[in-house]
Amino acid sequence: MIGLEHYLTVAAALFVIGIFGLFLNRKNVIILLMSIELMLLAVNINLVAFSSFLGDLVGQVFTLFVLTVAAAEAAIGLAILVCFFRNRGTIAVEDVNVMKG
Amino acid sequence: MIQSDLAVILPEIVIAVYAMLALIGAVYTAKDGLASLLVWTTAGLFTLVALWIATSGSTTTEAFGGMFINDGFARFSKVMILISAAAVLVMSQEYMARRGILRFEYPILIALSAVGMMMMVSAGDLMSLYMGLELQSLALYVVASLRRDSAISTEAGLKYFVLGALSSGLLLYGASLTYGFAGTTLFSGIIEAAGEGQASLGLLFGLVFMAAGLAFKVSAVPFHMWTPDVYEGSPTPVTAFFATAPKVAAMAMFARLMFEAFGGVVGDWQQVVAMLSVLSMFLGAVAAIGQTNIKRLMAYSSIAHMGYALMGLAAGTQFGVQALLIYMAIYVTMNVGTFAFILSMERDGQPVTDIASLNMFSKVEPGRALAMLVLLFSLAGVPPLVGFFGKLYVLRAAYEGGLAWLAIAGVIASVIGAFYYLRIVFFMYFGEERDDTLDAGTSPVLYGFLSLSAIAMVVGVINLFGIEGAAAAAAATLVP
Repeated sequence: MIGLEHYLTVAAALFVIGIFGLFLNRKNVIILLMSIELMLLAVNINLVAFSSFLGDLVGQVFTLFVLTVAAAEAAIGLAILVCFFRNRGTIAVEDVNVMKG
Repeated sequence: MIQSDLAVILPEIVIAVYAMLALIGAVYTAKDGLASLLVWTTAGLFTLVALWIATSGSTTTEAFGGMFINDGFARFSKVMILISAAAVLVMSQEYMARRGILRFEYPILIALSAVGMMMMVSAGDLMSLYMGLELQSLALYVVASLRRDSAISTEAGLKYFVLGALSSGLLLYGASLTYGFAGTTLFSGIIEAAGEGQASLGLLFGLVFMAAGLAFKVSAVPFHMWTPDVYEGSPTPVTAFFATAPKVAAMAMFARLMFEAFGGVVGDWQQVVAMLSVLSMFLGAVAAIGQTNIKRLMAYSSIAHMGYALMGLAAGTQFGVQALLIYMAIYVTMNVGTFAFILSMERDGQPVTDIASLNMFSKVEPGRALAMLVLLFSLAGVPPLVGFFGKLYVLRAAYEGGLAWLAIAGVIASVIGAFYYLRIVFFMYFGEERDDTLDAGTSPVLYGFLSLSAIAMVVGVINLFGIEGAAAAAAATLVP
């Protein structure tokens, strides 16, 4: 029997993988975008699992909002990335370093 | 039913519809030729809506089943947000037009982010909080990389985007846990589920994740690393905007979430917020000392100031929220003036952000140097200027809230922080003579904002322009 805790475990694992992808990745900014997407989808699994467990539709409504925002966020991220590529000719993470911070 | 809901959010609807109409209008007509006009109309609209909100009575109304709350706290924050956004828009018009980066999207994106900020401060539900936050953030990512042919500006946008998206992810994960363990996304339901004294472990996890996400947005240490790079890389008018309205909105949202949803378990988050506060104050004060770029310096300065504002929140009392609101109002006024000065720093028509270029600036233009001196003293919290009273309020709130150690840490950090503000004053008045001094300012608008802000810092000591009473009334609606 697959219960709530299994879903929560999967979501937590995906979320942590997303965060690690963001910090450990040294190669490519596209992978950062994918990691961000992974984090948001982990949240969606959480919300749907809770929604089904509680028998309450609000969680699924929230999921739809998150999906919409994630799409807009990916679009804006890619747009900024295209501008960055035009200026620098690279999208490697280690080249995002004009300013030291 | 729906009419009464719409009536509550009418100010937001007006600005949102205006932004969409302006976008379509500008795309189908003169495009960037309309940019200056749009800047002025947007600033005018912000001012009118701010006046409308300020005079719209003192009742608390809710819309959409409690998802949107229009109370005194929200109105106070909205007026601050709109006025400061209008001021920054007016200041940026000439600067951007002269450098060819005044695009018609700029005022429209600012208008959309203002709608997002108004949503944030009025949110009564995790969903409306998240939607408002994202509307604000997505617009801000784009304005950070507004100068799209510059490597440094697009890099600032990219860094802001990645770290901003990470913080939204953390906030959202916390929101999902809170929803699961409280069974509702409404703040009024969460506060019942959390109960008095001690929240359940699941809710506590949700609270911590959401606090981390919000700490990113207010740029509190240890989630501050994006701030210096984004401030340095963005075009200066955009930096001025980042330093004012979004900070007010994020801080107000932080306070609302903590008190409306977790007000029964103050003890659970008080220590976390106090820790964020003390770390921000010290890192802001220490790391700013070595900076040579004035925009980076202002970034660390804003980190330190957020630390002081969080001190009011950490107190966990009604007086603490009042102190927070007063502090933010003073902070925004000082920053508008300081950025009016930074925007007018140029040599041979090119913008300069180097602190060393201010050497002997008092000889070039005694008036502007004096106004900047007043503002820097006020930022440092030197009595008897208004900035000192802002600090006094939060210190008193922390002391009365039982956090005497935090108040003492605040005093020490403010002494350290005074060094780098006074260093600029030293450069302006006693620095070495240089051949390549800055040009005298040409813009009457910037001069006006600079002197108004400096005069406010001096005249305000009489009664703080009455914001004390307004902030007290606003705090009373948030913390019963």
